[in-house]
Amino acid sequence: MKISKIAELLSAEVYTGRELLETSVYSACGADMMSDVLAFVKDQSVLLTGLVNPQVVRTAEMMDMRCIVFVRGKKPDQTIIDLAKQANMVILATGLRMYCACGLLYSNGLVGTEVKKQ
Amino acid sequence: MKEPKLSLHYDIDGTDFLAAGSASSDTKRILKQSGIDARVIRNVAIAMYEGEINTVIHAGGGTADVNIYDDCIEIILTDHGPGIENVEQAMQEGFSTAPENVRALGFGAGMGLPNMKKYTDEMTVESEIGTGTVVTMKVNL
Ligand SMILES: Nc1ncnc2c1ncn2[C@@H]1O[C@H](COP(=O)(O)OP(=O)(O)OP(=O)(O)O)[C@@H](O)[C@H]1O
Ligand SMILES: [Mg+2]
Repeated sequence: MKISKIAELLSAEVYTGRELLETSVYSACGADMMSDVLAFVKDQSVLLTGLVNPQVVRTAEMMDMRCIVFVRGKKPDQTIIDLAKQANMVILATGLRMYCACGLLYSNGLVGTEVKKQ
Repeated sequence: MKEPKLSLHYDIDGTDFLAAGSASSDTKRILKQSGIDARVIRNVAIAMYEGEINTVIHAGGGTADVNIYDDCIEIILTDHGPGIENVEQAMQEGFSTAPENVRALGFGAGMGLPNMKKYTDEMTVESEIGTGTVVTMKVNL
């Protein structure tokens, strides 16, 4: 799924990385604990989270992720946006809650890595 | 041991948790330029970042040294913090003494040290109460 499609499905605002919106991604994960992302995530390239601080970008950067989606109407500040820009990452923000945001992406074909695509 | 091809040194500021991770980020950027396999770079980055965060949240900062050899990458994190009372216990998944404010920032699940072990080929933790901690990790190339 292209990142632009993710933005469209979630009615998300794009904060940085507009030039990367046509990048394709193949799986995603949702988490508020960065410890868990670092410990359990494998090759997911999209992180949905309700946690908003610069360590979210750092964590995604270490994991080679391409896109962060802040859920529940949380807005990233300039520090976060600048870090993401440096790391070549897209930052999106949606008013949807975690469950619905993940559900929408999942039902449109962006699955986790535990499920093989049919 | 042979001389490293490249050595990096960083001071890790212990006062600003939100700024933590810059050493790991810089190391990752430099490794990417050196043509090392992306998966190896990711393992190094994750392990070093976990260690860097630990240095900030548990020890008030310290230093990070990265030595790149022909056949491995070595990461050494040194701090003069409180030390770890029981290293074996600290290595268990889920063991954490992180305070509530650290949890609110998304850390403190007790997964860092086990994760560092998982992502590296060798890891030693030398720690003394009141003196500090040295974590040495190696990732083979
Ligand atoms: N450099 C250090 N100095 C002092 N204590 C440490 C240090 N590193 C780890 N510890 C101790 O070991 C425990 C376990 O560390 P570990 O990294 O596994 O988990 P955590 O940092 O508490 O949580 P997480 O890494 O999941 O965010 C810590 O809670 C702390 O008590
Ligand atoms: Mg830790």
